[in-house]
Amino acid sequence: MNENENIVAETAARILADLADPQTINRAKDEAWAAPLWRALAEAGLTLAWVPEKLGGGGAGMAEGFDALRVAGRFAVPVPLAETMLAGWLLARAGIPSPNGPMTVAPARPKERIALQSDGTLSGRARGVPFGRGAEHFAVLAESDAGASVALVKADAVRIAEGRNLADEPSNTLMFERARPLALAPAPAGLDPTTLLLMGAAVRSTQTAGALEAVLAMSVRYANERVAFERPIAKFQAVQHNLARLAGETAAAVAAAGSAADAIANAQAFDEGVRLEAISAKIRCAEAAQEGAAIAHQVHGAIGFTKEHVLHRFTLRMLAWRDDFGHESHWAVALGHLVAARGADAFWPLIASR
Amino acid sequence: MTADLRFDPIRLPPHCEALREDVRAFIAQEIEAGTFDPGQAVHGDAASREFSRRVGQKGWIGMTWPKKYGGHERSHLERYVVTEEFRVANAPTRLHFVADRQSGPTILKYGSEAVKQSILPRICRGEVCFAIGMSEPGSGSDLFAAKTKATKTNGGWLINGTKIWTSNAHHADYIIGLFRTSPPTKENRRHGLTQFVVDMKAPGITINPIYQLTGLHDFNEVVFQNVFVPDDHVLGAVDEAWKQATSELAYERSGPERFLETIYVLIGLIRAAGEVPDLRVAEGLGRLTAQLHTLRRMSVSVAGMLQAGREPVVEGSIVKDLGTIWEQALPNRVRELAAFLEPEATNRGDFEEQLAFATKIAPKLTIQGGTTEVLRGIIARGLGLR
Repeated sequence: MNENENIVAETAARILADLADPQTINRAKDEAWAAPLWRALAEAGLTLAWVPEKLGGGGAGMAEGFDALRVAGRFAVPVPLAETMLAGWLLARAGIPSPNGPMTVAPARPKERIALQSDGTLSGRARGVPFGRGAEHFAVLAESDAGASVALVKADAVRIAEGRNLADEPSNTLMFERARPLALAPAPAGLDPTTLLLMGAAVRSTQTAGALEAVLAMSVRYANERVAFERPIAKFQAVQHNLARLAGETAAAVAAAGSAADAIANAQAFDEGVRLEAISAKIRCAEAAQEGAAIAHQVHGAIGFTKEHVLHRFTLRMLAWRDDFGHESHWAVALGHLVAARGADAFWPLIASR
Repeated sequence: MTADLRFDPIRLPPHCEALREDVRAFIAQEIEAGTFDPGQAVHGDAASREFSRRVGQKGWIGMTWPKKYGGHERSHLERYVVTEEFRVANAPTRLHFVADRQSGPTILKYGSEAVKQSILPRICRGEVCFAIGMSEPGSGSDLFAAKTKATKTNGGWLINGTKIWTSNAHHADYIIGLFRTSPPTKENRRHGLTQFVVDMKAPGITINPIYQLTGLHDFNEVVFQNVFVPDDHVLGAVDEAWKQATSELAYERSGPERFLETIYVLIGLIRAAGEVPDLRVAEGLGRLTAQLHTLRRMSVSVAGMLQAGREPVVEGSIVKDLGTIWEQALPNRVRELAAFLEPEATNRGDFEEQLAFATKIAPKLTIQGGTTEVLRGIIARGLGLR
């Protein structure tokens, strides 16, 4: 990705630098920063970047949207930008126009099912829905005997249980009890709950890659500034090697997420190749988040463990994102089964197909 | 605000896929003819020379080099495809691979016209094998501590000293060596070394085998006693080899051979696990697949940067650091997962033999061609830490 060639990512970077500086938000006593930030993102067309203009969106390409999300990861953006983009994408796939305001998607975890009843209402439970509290609408992928449908549901039609993720952002269980959608349309062929999870996985991977880039830059800067034993700790080989490992994890996340985003942006369908890409990205980025967060905290020492320092804004989000849209162990089992079913002789051709 | 690590997603162009099919067909034909057994990670050397010539005939050595030196002016991505297909098939490329990967490019960049014209076309035809003379008994990772001397004489240089851990020296037609032509200066301890290409048939060279813990013979001690090297066999500037070393690193370090060295144990595990493995095996297999896929995408991305004319030294070092650690850990990861399989699935001669062999060679993977410690030093420098 090269943001210089991408006006969408450039716009995101400009808005976020102005209105979502992690340091400023970390110090803020209240949430007064949130409304202007959301307004700026929405006005620039970023929150509905993946929605075509005729459905009320920004009409950006898939690749440009992913680039913007990587930038958002670098700022640990604390508003449901990614969730709203994802919801807009889902609605648009079924031709449903997107409303204004923050949205999120359900289900957000594997093995969960929202049923479309014969009377046109929705029933079921979705756990771990990011920004379930705070979203004004939900984009729901519902299932019935007739297949999958996409529904737009107003937040007050759903019972929402309180919940927070590691980074203290809303992560809620939504209970659909004969909830009546504002709009309902059949999902296009090939769009099922797994597709939605894969798309969510690619989104989280992209944000994680961005967050790791920021964490790496922050850790390098700190190591060069912090003096101990009469020299910057960057001069100690043990610290250098830890940071080299952090660079390796960051590079792996950047490569895996970038490759998955590119695959999705250029594929006709979520075929086996795209599944390999999105699943691999989610697994590898989750591993990189785990390793990377640990190294970054080790480099920062006690100051990085404080509320006051911004490091936790990135590390806790990265760690929380591991659980969204399929835990890496879930995806690993799925990928392992895919590989085993193809057999040993088809393994390398799959890897080399990308 | 961010460290600039570029790993752009490179999609291999369609002509690469056509090439891949050609390479696979060639490999299948060679296996059919009995040239090598893809289930065996090690091959005798008997058939390798003829194999290299046939690879040369296909135009798959020196692929990116200029046509006037026997090359084929194809892309780094095409070369990448050939390299990875040969590696995964365990094809016997050892006699031409070093020349293709690094000796040839070094000669191309720093060699005299006479050397380029005489040697490069023969590399491309798969006729010559190269060795690399860097390490010495007293200096390994610390290349600039090399003591083996090249002393000026009439029309050339006389070499005296010892190189060690020299892979394929016993097969090699040439060695590219790093020799001391001047003492280091106070200001620059890297000063005073020069690269030469030396004919291994020159009088005064003795090759002593060193057996590895596997029982195999791959590397050697190479002793130089008054070995004459003509002036036009100097590579680059006298005393300034240190300026030349780094640009090669991206080529040398980022290729698929840096994570595929033990891949046969993973493929063996998939075979043993069957179509519906249990949960633990599936989970392990999935993680390994995700990690391998990511490494390959990183490596392809570096090939794309090379094609674009960049020198991604830090990115290349990252690929080798992550890749070699992964391929080194792989035999034990596979061993752990194989413990969950039915005994009759894994209690097969070839799988157990492959696992044992991979376990034995694992330690060398993070040492050869730049240790983990050296790589992390390079990455740290790239990050601005030193």
